[in-house]
Amino acid sequence: MAEKRLTGYRRADGRVGIRNHVLILPVDDLSNAVAESVARAIPGTLALPHPYGRLQFGADLDLFFQTMIGTGANPNVAAVIVIGIEPAWTQRIADGIAETGKPVAQFSIERHGDLRVLEMAARRAAQLMQDASELRRVPVERGELLMSIKCGESDTTSGLGANPATSVAVDRHIAAGGTVIFGETTELTGGEHLIAERCASDEVRKKFQGFFDDYLAMIERTGANLLGSQPTQGNIRGGLSTIEEKALGNIEKTGTTPVVDALAPAERPTRAGLNFMDTSCAAAEFITLTAAAGAVIHLFPTGQGNVVGHPVEPVIKITANPLTLSTMSEHIDVDVCGLLQLEFDLAAAGDRLKDVIDRTVNGRLTCAEALGHREFALTRLYQSA
Amino acid sequence: MEVLVTEPASSPPPDGVAFLAHHRGDDVAVAVRDTAPGAATAAYLESGDRFGINVRTSIPLGHKVALRDLPASENVLEYGALIGLTRVPVAAGELVHTHNLRSARWQKSV
Repeated sequence: MAEKRLTGYRRADGRVGIRNHVLILPVDDLSNAVAESVARAIPGTLALPHPYGRLQFGADLDLFFQTMIGTGANPNVAAVIVIGIEPAWTQRIADGIAETGKPVAQFSIERHGDLRVLEMAARRAAQLMQDASELRRVPVERGELLMSIKCGESDTTSGLGANPATSVAVDRHIAAGGTVIFGETTELTGGEHLIAERCASDEVRKKFQGFFDDYLAMIERTGANLLGSQPTQGNIRGGLSTIEEKALGNIEKTGTTPVVDALAPAERPTRAGLNFMDTSCAAAEFITLTAAAGAVIHLFPTGQGNVVGHPVEPVIKITANPLTLSTMSEHIDVDVCGLLQLEFDLAAAGDRLKDVIDRTVNGRLTCAEALGHREFALTRLYQSA
Repeated sequence: MEVLVTEPASSPPPDGVAFLAHHRGDDVAVAVRDTAPGAATAAYLESGDRFGINVRTSIPLGHKVALRDLPASENVLEYGALIGLTRVPVAAGELVHTHNLRSARWQKSV
């Protein structure tokens, strides 16, 4: 297979994106309405409504700012309009995004009202769309693309087929000098020693084990029966019986290279290679955190057919489940069902995946993009004040 | 104990492989299509080596079959690793799922 030339958008901060979005970013729940009105007025802009941003405090507020700033700073984004109820937090997010050198404008609603903000923001959004339309794709290297991986609605076909196929793509991406983020802290339970063994140093191992132990302690403090939550009812319907079985399948997608760092939620990686991030296992929350860390493309193996997408980071779906492929084909980008029938090997499955990765980098819409899946879900560490 | 695993078949049966096991020594294999009771062909994922099994219950696509008789509270291996403990005795050829397998790690997840 001839090597396809990859193209992307090289941003002012040097990072490389594969999409060219103009975002309308509401700071808080109160600003969703006008943000969505701006996006309706100026076609092609993308509003990111969400239910939070008020009365958060401490570490939960820090993660909120890091996620919002990181989302706007993501290299798949050309320019951002930030809209908040009051000016201080609006300014803080706008200033954080502006450090990347990309155009950012901010508006606040108090002392103006929705309608005046709508007009001001729409006028600015139209200019930003026109400016973004003149940005051109340039040749980029595979290793410049920050990738994330997470599986969802997994079943036993994930561990047998879709995850091992993803593993091939992960190893190839890292061999090309790239960086890949995996996570799903609780979903390593029963296989966490396999990840700890792969940590590149005692420092990384200690960080990883700290994240894992803290997350598990939080779960155990609740005293809850997690069957039906983790594993999910979909996992169980697909044949997964325990957290250990799910975890061992999950780990099948992480490739074979050392874990070079253990990151806090939404933290931007600084070391090339395979990075662990402390995250929830809920798909939209996970991808929102990796997009905030700067990931521009996501590989998503699924068994039963999780349909998640993200507004900023394109999500490629891979399945080895023939029932899911036949009933939900509009959601599946890469079919590796032949692995289960021993029709082709993992290297061939990796080639199938690489072909779709390369076309997606160069502009092909993923199934989730074509279907309008734009799940943007902020991770909360605890309730608001 | 019933001898369930046989030598690799000299040629695959016409209906092909119905179960895949990750590793030699695993206690379960996964159905790669809906499977009715009776004789079936299984294979190891890595080597592709075939073996025969006698399936006692219907096993839907993606669900697991026991490859040996498992007493109650027995460690159950898949991927060459522990995936949980049996709740009750499970006979070779029976479906293995949440009704007869539980987490060894999350004691409250019952």
